[in-house]
Amino acid sequence: MLAFALRRILVAVSVALTVSVASFVLLHLSGDIATAIAGPEAIGEQIAAIRAQHGLDRPLIVQYAAWAWRALHLDFGRSFYFPEHVTDLVAARMPVTLTLGVIALAVALLVAIPLGVLAAFHRDTWLDRAALAVSVLGQAMPSFWFGLTLILIFSVNLRWLPVSGNATWKHFVLPAVALGYYAMPAVMRLTRNGMLEVLSSDYVRTARAKGLAPRKILVRHALRNAVIPVIALAAVQFGFMLGGSIVIEAVFSLQGLGQLAWESIARNDFPVVQAIVLVLAMIYIALTLAADLLNALLDPRLRT
Amino acid sequence: MSEPVVQIRNLTLALPAGADRPHAVEDLSLDLVPGKILCVVGESGSGKSMSAYALTGLLPRALRIAGGEIRFEGRDLLRLDERAWRELRGRRIAMIFQEPMTALNPVMRIGDQIAEMFEAHDLLTQKERRERAVALAREVGLPTPEQIVRSYPHQLSGGQRQRAMIAMALALEPAILVADEPTTALDVTTQAQILKLIRDLQQRRNMAVLFITHDFGVVADIADHVAVLQRGRLVESGPAEAVLRSPQAAYTRALLAAVPSLTPPPREPITAAPVALSVANLAKTYATRTGLFGKPRVVAAVREVGFDLRRGETLGLVGESGSGKSTTARLAIRLIEPDRGTVRLGSLDFTALGPTSLRDERRRIQMIFQDPFASLNPRRTVEQIIAGGPIAHGTPARQARARARELLDLVGLPPSAAERYPNAFSGGQRQRIGIARALAMEPDVLVADEAVSALDVSVQAQVLALLEDLKQRLGIAMLFITHDLRVAATICDRIAVMHRGEIVEMNRTEALFRAPEHPYTRSLLAAVPGALFAGTA
Repeated sequence: MLAFALRRILVAVSVALTVSVASFVLLHLSGDIATAIAGPEAIGEQIAAIRAQHGLDRPLIVQYAAWAWRALHLDFGRSFYFPEHVTDLVAARMPVTLTLGVIALAVALLVAIPLGVLAAFHRDTWLDRAALAVSVLGQAMPSFWFGLTLILIFSVNLRWLPVSGNATWKHFVLPAVALGYYAMPAVMRLTRNGMLEVLSSDYVRTARAKGLAPRKILVRHALRNAVIPVIALAAVQFGFMLGGSIVIEAVFSLQGLGQLAWESIARNDFPVVQAIVLVLAMIYIALTLAADLLNALLDPRLRT
Repeated sequence: MSEPVVQIRNLTLALPAGADRPHAVEDLSLDLVPGKILCVVGESGSGKSMSAYALTGLLPRALRIAGGEIRFEGRDLLRLDERAWRELRGRRIAMIFQEPMTALNPVMRIGDQIAEMFEAHDLLTQKERRERAVALAREVGLPTPEQIVRSYPHQLSGGQRQRAMIAMALALEPAILVADEPTTALDVTTQAQILKLIRDLQQRRNMAVLFITHDFGVVADIADHVAVLQRGRLVESGPAEAVLRSPQAAYTRALLAAVPSLTPPPREPITAAPVALSVANLAKTYATRTGLFGKPRVVAAVREVGFDLRRGETLGLVGESGSGKSTTARLAIRLIEPDRGTVRLGSLDFTALGPTSLRDERRRIQMIFQDPFASLNPRRTVEQIIAGGPIAHGTPARQARARARELLDLVGLPPSAAERYPNAFSGGQRQRIGIARALAMEPDVLVADEAVSALDVSVQAQVLALLEDLKQRLGIAMLFITHDLRVAATICDRIAVMHRGEIVEMNRTEALFRAPEHPYTRSLLAAVPGALFAGTA
């Protein structure tokens, strides 16, 4: 297990390095940064001065090394637009997006896994069909539209929950439901299929032949095996939710990372964009690493 | 004889509407006696497994109990509710299954799975359960019991897994053990050990055993009583000796006659015919890398294998799983590339061909696969399956289709079969289609990889007869891979015994069976179930 973990971590680190190079290079390919900073009215000398000031005249590899070294210390330089450091900007917005993502993932899993188990248990009954309908709806509805519908019902008409902002926990309920519902169908189906497969497996038959209670068969023998692929999917979905919360953040005016990314792209605020891309990528890598380690913990066959 | 512990009376199990017959099991009456093994024998679909599941309350939901009773300890098992069944299962009636790999939970330690037996019935403390698990592992002959209880199923061999299953089944000292083909998935030498283990434990504990099998060799080795089922009906039952030596029912006689004999028929050695396939110094090593940075594990699957195969000759490659026989077959037709060595088809160096000429020449060496269900495309008609190869090689479609119908006739299928899809055929018929498909390419060499292993004995006998006939008539050379020495004795002119990637002995079939030279060949022959009964059948 230790050897597996070490190897897996090494892979994660090399992926992280690759991503950092890619995000650095991409930004430099997207145009002359000095010109962008200087603005449309700048003359050649000003641009040259900015280039020297930001160290943009050095060789690319040196720039990368310097940038990566600073990034390692969570220093992403200053925003071109705001007076603050990029790190502070990102750190201020991060909790909102993370909170939203975690709650949305919890919503998705708490609905999807029980629903998937139930659907598998009552295969081809009205319950199974209802679960399928719920999941198809989740996949078919655009999340911004679903978000607006939720606002209309629960905020405007019923007045139970606030329309927008991120002041209290109540502000997160609707966006998390909207975001989570989007991730739910895939998890639900995978759980259902996994359970169907596992319930008809020989080892569940063995467990029944032992005279084991149904509850124990379900949890220990069925669910534990069925949930293994779900973990990997959940990690990927969580990554998508963090990166893809941009739409939901816009609908609910949440001051999260997605909003910041969107605004920074519009303002050519490269350091911010670069930092967000890198941070999200790192979170994504950490998530898949965590999912793999968790899977190896659950499934001894993966530990080789 | 002591009193029966279980009395099955007039058991009738109804199949769902639309099945090929109304009842899976009809009017079945059997007795289980303490300290005795009752073998229920039959071909696939005979209802033998269903009668076992009825005795454990594990019948598939689609089946309905339509009548009869199963009396055990003063109760009718067919009337128990799920709670009462749970009390009984594992504790009084235990079961072992065919596939020891899939019957164990892959993510649970062996010891925990054994200990769970006590937990299911609220017996003993945690610590005692663990100790008992180790003791049971020792009793069933698992090596280093203290360590093996901490391993996971995938770390054990097939035989060890089945031992673990048996340990589990015996944990609560049940009165009845139900065994559903427990050795079918195992190699012969392992099978012999497991059969002996079941026999020993059953005698020591005075258990009644219901043993389901399709293999008369196993019956001869283990049964006290035999019940023969045909399409859900009991056609014959009695003491094992009597049923095997003087079967009364015509069906039993036919089944016994279909069991290939261990005494090979006399065959003229084939020395004059030209060599069709010549294999020399063939070697293949697999290095499985464990992850990106792991140390590679090197397995020599095939080492220095060589043989000549003449036209009209059948060479058997026999061995246990992992012996390299299938890898040799795959190398011979270049489904995989050898590390070293040459394969010659007549005078052609098959191993030296480039991709284009390989596609052309592959026609000359064709394969018949093991699984007649998985190896035919379910979305293509039989005619498309048979004619597809020749058409791809440039035969005009009309001609190929006409030839497909001739071939169907040759393998004993009606011309109407051409229009139908594989799912309309039984296993034996599908295997005939597979043979016709291979023959359509007009090959010089046929490679049959366990081609009759998935078939019932009566069907197996027919397919073997067909292969023999085709070989005689068409003068084809055949490389016949099998784990079954009875089958090899029946069809092979010569046999090469493979062990750990090497041919340890190669001889004419008759000589090999009469005077095996290599110790491994001797142990293989000794392990064949029902060796004694072979002489009498």
